[in-house]
Amino acid sequence: MQLTLKIWRQENADSKGKIVSYEISDVSPDMSFLEMMDVLNEELMIKGIDPVAFDHDCREGICGSCSMFINGEAHGPDRYVTTCQLHMRKFKDGDTIYVEPFRAKTFPVIKDLVVDRTAFDRIQHAGGFISVNTSGNTQDANSIPIEKANADKAFDAATCIGCGACVATCKNSSAMLFVSAKVSQFALLPQGEVEATDRVINMVKQMDEEGFGNCTNTGACQVECPKGISLDNIARMNRELVKAQFKK
Amino acid sequence: MAIKLDSSIIRKVAMALSGLFLIIFLTQHFIINISSVFSEKIFNMLSHFMGNNFIVQFIAQPILIVGVLFHFIMGFYLEWQNRSARSVKYVVYKGSANSTWISRNMIVSGAVVLSFLVLHFYDFWIPEMKYKYYDFLAEDPNRYHEELVHKFNDPIKVILYCISFFFLALHLLHGFASSFKSLGTDSRYYYSIDLFTKIYAIGIPLGFCFIAVFHLITNIVTH
Repeated sequence: MQLTLKIWRQENADSKGKIVSYEISDVSPDMSFLEMMDVLNEELMIKGIDPVAFDHDCREGICGSCSMFINGEAHGPDRYVTTCQLHMRKFKDGDTIYVEPFRAKTFPVIKDLVVDRTAFDRIQHAGGFISVNTSGNTQDANSIPIEKANADKAFDAATCIGCGACVATCKNSSAMLFVSAKVSQFALLPQGEVEATDRVINMVKQMDEEGFGNCTNTGACQVECPKGISLDNIARMNRELVKAQFKK
Repeated sequence: MAIKLDSSIIRKVAMALSGLFLIIFLTQHFIINISSVFSEKIFNMLSHFMGNNFIVQFIAQPILIVGVLFHFIMGFYLEWQNRSARSVKYVVYKGSANSTWISRNMIVSGAVVLSFLVLHFYDFWIPEMKYKYYDFLAEDPNRYHEELVHKFNDPIKVILYCISFFFLALHLLHGFASSFKSLGTDSRYYYSIDLFTKIYAIGIPLGFCFIAVFHLITNIVTH
């Protein structure tokens, strides 16, 4: 395959970026998108050009590092995959592919396609945990019976890898899907009930302080989420927050 | 209890509640207006009641105006906030791949509905207020139907009304169902809510169009 890549290049957080065009040939349809980027970078380095910076780690859809906005969609045109799981067979020979970083005021560009997603870490620190005594007297989790339906929903919410595709996709740059998944995975379990009120209030407060946009229920986040996190979680978080207002 | 009105979720809930309140008003407005097609007497009776009842005029009407203003002001404020949450725009953004045009453009349909309300107030509400509270004219319980029919003798105005109702339908198609989701409704009810939303959001604006066109045709036939 021969492709034209139009990639966002930005020297650092303070510089002004621009789209730069690259031609790449001999791309195998079996390559992953990141492997194709590796080939491009090798070619650039041979020519003495600074390679394109991009985030990656596990390359198997677990870590949530790879954050590329490909042809107008977070993680590209495929569904339920991260960029590292996207294969070049999803494109045609001769295609022009636009590659941009995840864009939001809360995700500032560090370099090229690498963005700072520590806003998610700060939201998680605000309440995305349960306080458990780990001094040796910890109760076996299996000793607490949990309804199967709730366990399944909690597990589904917990599959969120925090990649930020929801924010990147949302026209409002809202982080509601991410935060709601983190709230839901605990709210559905008895272990999470103790701190439920403080958790939802603190996490939503942190989300607002970071400067994410408001949710308008377009549902785009759910469609582009590589883990298929459901919009139901947002409705659950809304309920949790309203309930929390009455308890506080 | 400490309700934080600065929370994005509380603002979202407030938008949903004000939207649902306006939908209740829209429904009663439609019921009264559609009666004008079937019975001049019933329409006059209902209009006279709405226009002269103390509770409607001095309690419900101010609440409605506050509701309308809140919904629009908050809508524009949230839109400004959402736009500023992404300072650098994408070169390529394929919104149609994951969401409907309607859901992404509530501000557009909302702005058209707001423009319509200005026209509607100019047409009906301001003359009514002038009649009652400025000119202090004697109340005639049988004037309403004739006034309504007279307003719809201009085809341009009827077309403008119908265009506005089309945008109202677009606004309702997303807004009605979305408001229930904002209020945290469980997903098991989504199918019924979405179905009812489609019926309501298409049916009510279509009904309003029918009323306007019906009176236009009546005017043409009778004159």
